[in-house]
Amino acid sequence: MREHFFPDFDWHTVFVQPWAEYGDNSFWIVLMGFLVSGTCGLVGCFVILRRMALVGDAISHSLLPGITIAFLLTNSRDTLPMMLGAIAAGITTVVLIEAIRHSSRIKPDAAIGIVFSSLFAIGIILISVFADKIDLDAECVLYGELGFIPLQDIAMLGGVEIGPEPVIRMAIIAVIAIGLLIAFFKEMLVTSFDPGLAASLGINPTRYQYGLTLFLSVVIVSSFESVGVVLVIAMIIFPGATALLITDRLPKAIWLSILFSLLYAVLGFHLATWLEASIAGGMTVIAGFIFGLVWMAAPKRGLLTKLVKRSFKRETTSP
Amino acid sequence: MNRAGKQILFTLALLALPILAHAAKIGDISETSWTEQAIDFFSFQQPIIRTALIGTLLIGFCCGILGSFLVVRKLSLLGDTLSHAVLPGVAMGFLWNASKDPWAIFVGATAAGILGVALVGWIKQTTHLKEDSAMGMVLAGFYGVGICMTTVIQNLAMGNKSGLDKFFFGQAAALSSGDIRLLGIISLITVVVILLFYKEFLVISFDIGFAQALGMPVKILHYALMALLTFAVVVSLQAVGVVLVSALLITPAAAAFLLTDRMHWMLVLAAVFGMLSGAIGAFVSYLSNNLPTGPFIVLGATSIFLLALLFGPRHGLLPKILRRRKQRKRIALENTLKAVFHLNENSQFTKRAFEAGKLATERNASLHETEAEIRNLVKAGMALRLDTANGTKMSGKAQFELTKPGWYRACEIVRNHRLWELYLTNAAQYQTDHVHDDAEDTEHHLGEDIVLRIEARLKNPIHDPHGKLIPNRDAIKP
Repeated sequence: MREHFFPDFDWHTVFVQPWAEYGDNSFWIVLMGFLVSGTCGLVGCFVILRRMALVGDAISHSLLPGITIAFLLTNSRDTLPMMLGAIAAGITTVVLIEAIRHSSRIKPDAAIGIVFSSLFAIGIILISVFADKIDLDAECVLYGELGFIPLQDIAMLGGVEIGPEPVIRMAIIAVIAIGLLIAFFKEMLVTSFDPGLAASLGINPTRYQYGLTLFLSVVIVSSFESVGVVLVIAMIIFPGATALLITDRLPKAIWLSILFSLLYAVLGFHLATWLEASIAGGMTVIAGFIFGLVWMAAPKRGLLTKLVKRSFKRETTSP
Repeated sequence: MNRAGKQILFTLALLALPILAHAAKIGDISETSWTEQAIDFFSFQQPIIRTALIGTLLIGFCCGILGSFLVVRKLSLLGDTLSHAVLPGVAMGFLWNASKDPWAIFVGATAAGILGVALVGWIKQTTHLKEDSAMGMVLAGFYGVGICMTTVIQNLAMGNKSGLDKFFFGQAAALSSGDIRLLGIISLITVVVILLFYKEFLVISFDIGFAQALGMPVKILHYALMALLTFAVVVSLQAVGVVLVSALLITPAAAAFLLTDRMHWMLVLAAVFGMLSGAIGAFVSYLSNNLPTGPFIVLGATSIFLLALLFGPRHGLLPKILRRRKQRKRIALENTLKAVFHLNENSQFTKRAFEAGKLATERNASLHETEAEIRNLVKAGMALRLDTANGTKMSGKAQFELTKPGWYRACEIVRNHRLWELYLTNAAQYQTDHVHDDAEDTEHHLGEDIVLRIEARLKNPIHDPHGKLIPNRDAIKP
């Protein structure tokens, strides 16, 4: 228990102690944070370009009933049923949004709001009604906490310990994401920027749209345990949005977003250590801070950069 | 039809989910006598019930009215952004004097909400990022700051009694009389402001360019509305929770949007729907101890929305399907009548009776289908069977005749068809071999009024472009 909101800043306790005393744990936590925000950021670049940011928000909220129902049906917290429940919830969300949009004069934004809030409400009610039978905490789903991921379950491969199971699971998702990105980069690029051209090239834009939605659900469900359903949106949008302020080239933006994710994980971890706050929260604060910096001072488009350039121009052109 | 049917199935499935949840819940509660709780609720004896009910009613009222402006401006998700963005303000207000002082929390949350909305606008204006990304960033970024602060507060010495967790899912029973007073004041301010500046808000909602041209202070009005919205969101947080307060802004207003085209009616309906959802939520969550209020308010609102979506008289799915089916039936009937007219015309109007088999050939349909069509004609009183001696069994040789109304209608349809063909060739310069398909469609939709005008413009023609007679109702009497 302490008295002040901001504890005294001490370089040693914030930056050295976590590594010196709990080196292994700190490493796995930061790596997990990086894997989560990196994978989210990778998918997020396309989510932003397709203006699906708020669809992502809707999907992340709707996962709650999906995993709750999966849990009630199978009575286990295994990855596979949770994953299937989450994917089903993600697809249901998108289908319901489209159904409301097409069958009435309700605009897409209102449709998104109605669908995700209803599904989320159903999830919370299921959790509170079956509170004694369910090992899911609604608040845990909302917050998520990197510090609480079970690091003691060690994954084994051929008799060799390779690391904590959740981190390895996330790493596999990340590798799949990178694989899919390399395999379908051209298709994703064309369908994101010019669906008409894609269709004329024989690439079905709707199929890729649904593919992205599907993969987005997978990424969100594998991340929510660490960062919670709301902050996963931060991890999806911030890296890509910040990168797109700096560059117009998609490949460059993807590299930058991975770099930003690394910064979020490392700096967020230390910020949270200092304040004794949620690590996911710390990562989001860092993400917001970096976005603010880039927004103000990006090489070409930063607000301050423009201001300085303009005044410089005025000085040189004025007689 | 197929598509609409599928959509209805989906919506019904959505409707079924909460019902299932309810069923499970009621089963659980019957052990702890939920009937007693219900009776207790409706006696309104306990002050806690009255506080909760008044609170949720006021919240529904405020959010319904203000949400209407968001929904018509396609800004629905700004409500979502706002409700997440106030979280750091709530924490800040709590830190102010380390207690759940409604006023401190109110001020902090309002400041954070308005800052969030302003940031969305600013990001949108100064970067090439789209509105949805801007909203997502403000929503998640502010929420992250809020999470950081609340976790710190829970570690602080005073954190244990904070009750900040109520802000996540909402519990109407947690409303204090101070909260109710605040809610009452906010509702009053909302009503007064909306009444005073109704015209201004109406204009900026539907045509912002026009509002600017009139010299209205568009920016000030926009931020005034946002301030009111923030007030409403902040006072609703305790009863509904951060995540679900946006539903109260969107869903009742969207339901009202489905039912009316007039803004003032939409405001009234949205307020009523909001209050109804609030009452439903307060009631259901009172039935058992561990039920949060917010989700039930949201499901109440969603149920109202689904009812409006399915049964709304003008835009509802079911009435639309029924209307379409009725129209399809009428068109089929009219096509049968037209075929009968052609049969008559082929005999130079000498033979009024017609055979079912001949009609089938004329319609290019099977005898079976044609019999069904004729039966419909008879049912509508437009045709009569002549050879009743052979019993009611149908056959290709069965003889029929159009009644007077049937004949009139047949003449009308053929006249519509041929007039339209002539109109297209004369007035719109169509080739004579291109007009038939268009007329096949249009003949069913021409009203008496338009027909008279076309006749007048074509100077009461006698022959269509193919040289056939245009039936004149008075001339061709059966």
